Amino acid sequence: MIAEPMPATGHDQPVRIRNLTRGFGGRVVLNDVSLDIPAGEFVALIGKSGSGKSTLLRALAQLDDDAEGGGTIDAPENLSVLFQDSRLLPWHTVLENITLGLRSPDARARALSVLEDVGLGGRQDAWPNMLSGGEQQRVALARSLVRRPDLILADEPFGALDALTRIRMHGLLTRLVSIYRPTVLLVTHDVDEALSLADRVMVMGEGEIVLDRRVGLARPRVKTDGAFADLRAALLGALGVDE
Amino acid sequence: MTDHANIEPAGFLVDRTSQRRLRPTPALRFAPASGRQRGRPLVPRKISPAALLFGPLAMVAVWQLSSSLGWLPENILAAPATVLSVGTGLAADGTLGKHFLASATRAYLGLAVGVALGLVLALLSGLTRVGEASIDGLVQIKRAVPTLALIPLAILWLGIGEVMKITIIVTSVLVPVYINTHAALRGIDMRYVELARTTGLTHREFIRQVAIPGALPGFFTGLRLAVTTCWTALVVLEQINTTKGIGYLMSRARDYGQTEIIVVGLVIYAVLGLLSDALVRLLENRALSYRKVIGT
Ligand SMILES: Nc1ncnc2c1ncn2[C@@H]1O[C@H](COP(=O)(O)OP(=O)(O)OP(=O)(O)O)[C@@H](O)[C@H]1O
Ligand SMILES: [Mg+2]
Repeated sequence: MIAEPMPATGHDQPVRIRNLTRGFGGRVVLNDVSLDIPAGEFVALIGKSGSGKSTLLRALAQLDDDAEGGGTIDAPENLSVLFQDSRLLPWHTVLENITLGLRSPDARARALSVLEDVGLGGRQDAWPNMLSGGEQQRVALARSLVRRPDLILADEPFGALDALTRIRMHGLLTRLVSIYRPTVLLVTHDVDEALSLADRVMVMGEGEIVLDRRVGLARPRVKTDGAFADLRAALLGALGVDE
Repeated sequence: MTDHANIEPAGFLVDRTSQRRLRPTPALRFAPASGRQRGRPLVPRKISPAALLFGPLAMVAVWQLSSSLGWLPENILAAPATVLSVGTGLAADGTLGKHFLASATRAYLGLAVGVALGLVLALLSGLTRVGEASIDGLVQIKRAVPTLALIPLAILWLGIGEVMKITIIVTSVLVPVYINTHAALRGIDMRYVELARTTGLTHREFIRQVAIPGALPGFFTGLRLAVTTCWTALVVLEQINTTKGIGYLMSRARDYGQTEIIVVGLVIYAVLGLLSDALVRLLENRALSYRKVIGT
């Protein structure tokens, strides 16, 4: 069963970043980044380690008190973050983790329905420690979706999963995103992951966005497709990888 | 899957060309998982709880043997058999019960108040800046001063009665509870703090759902120390203005050179210590049952 997404305020609100600069101890990490993401678009952000992807994401999530810098960010208030670790509270059951911070009276019913959506129906009373890594990450996804966020910020959410689980998570995410229709900014190291999930792929290099491409491919996407391969080559080129 | 003779499930191998039954082979057996490890295990295997009694029982055996052989005179240390008969005698005539009740009342009253106070102070100090500034330094000073060194001052202020004794126990119990709970609160994983922020928890919800459950393991460590700490001060305290208590019993026995009664007192402390620790562990396992992990 899939819950009908409620029309929320800010659901049509785009993400608008202007002249964003961030640094740590005088070292510039984000250098004058400007960026627009229309509501409902799925953007993947790739880039070398240390290029500033997480810094950008944390700025959007307002988790960067320790950073210096300026610029403006307009983004939906109702956002949710998917971390690389599932970040479940071990002393809360699966259900309590999903409803964390929710105050509406139907929170429990909604959580149970989203738990079905991520394929973990019936596991609401389990402790997080007793779930596999992939299951934990699905609970984290449920915790994110149950808030019906207008914006999902995901920082390598599948980075710690094995290849098979990762592919299944891709299918799940694509399906759920098509239902709930949030705007998504997904940071990943995996070019294929970016190309199979996103409407648009950006490459970050040394604090700037160096490539911004629309992925106009039909879904499901096949790696052997010529256009897929061309895009892939372009992204790898921007990342400075020769194949 | 079955192209491997190793995993032929049945007890027979069939020669397919001749259809003749070959010699039966034993059914496939799996070695126990630990048996796969070659050489000495890096971590010793778990022993049963009963095996933990080996050391104490061996000590009692050696002790009894030494006494029986006359190597250990009664005025140095009474034999286990003597201790047992004296102990049961004291228990039977109600003497032991009376002294034990007096001691236990002091110890556990002090424990209850001390644990509650230590917990409250740790929460105040761990969760508020004013609290930390006002409380933490004081507790650290208290920790540096031996409890027994406070007795003279406590007598001047509170007299020589029960209030003074229980106050001293409270102050000594409070320290381990405070230190461990406070350290656990301070050590809350920053990743959970980020989570609390992104899920919009209020300060109150954060304390109830993240800070306190996160500090619970530390609190239990403190509690395990506290249940034995509450008895240690008693031995000295019960030499002051009282005619009841295990400490009184033991110090009087010392004056008369009755090592068997001294040992009875020691045994009571040991048994109580072990029982209290087991009880706290039981509580801990219940409260922290979520820690069970896959494969355990
Ligand atoms: N809190 C911080 N304090 C100091 N320096 C930081 C902090 N956070 C990030 N940095 C620095 O900023 C730079 C960019 O870090 P960031 O985490 O954004 O990289 P990233 O692109 O996400 O890399 P990765 O792919 O490895 O996750 C790094 O050099 C990092 O050391
Ligand atoms: Mg990162």
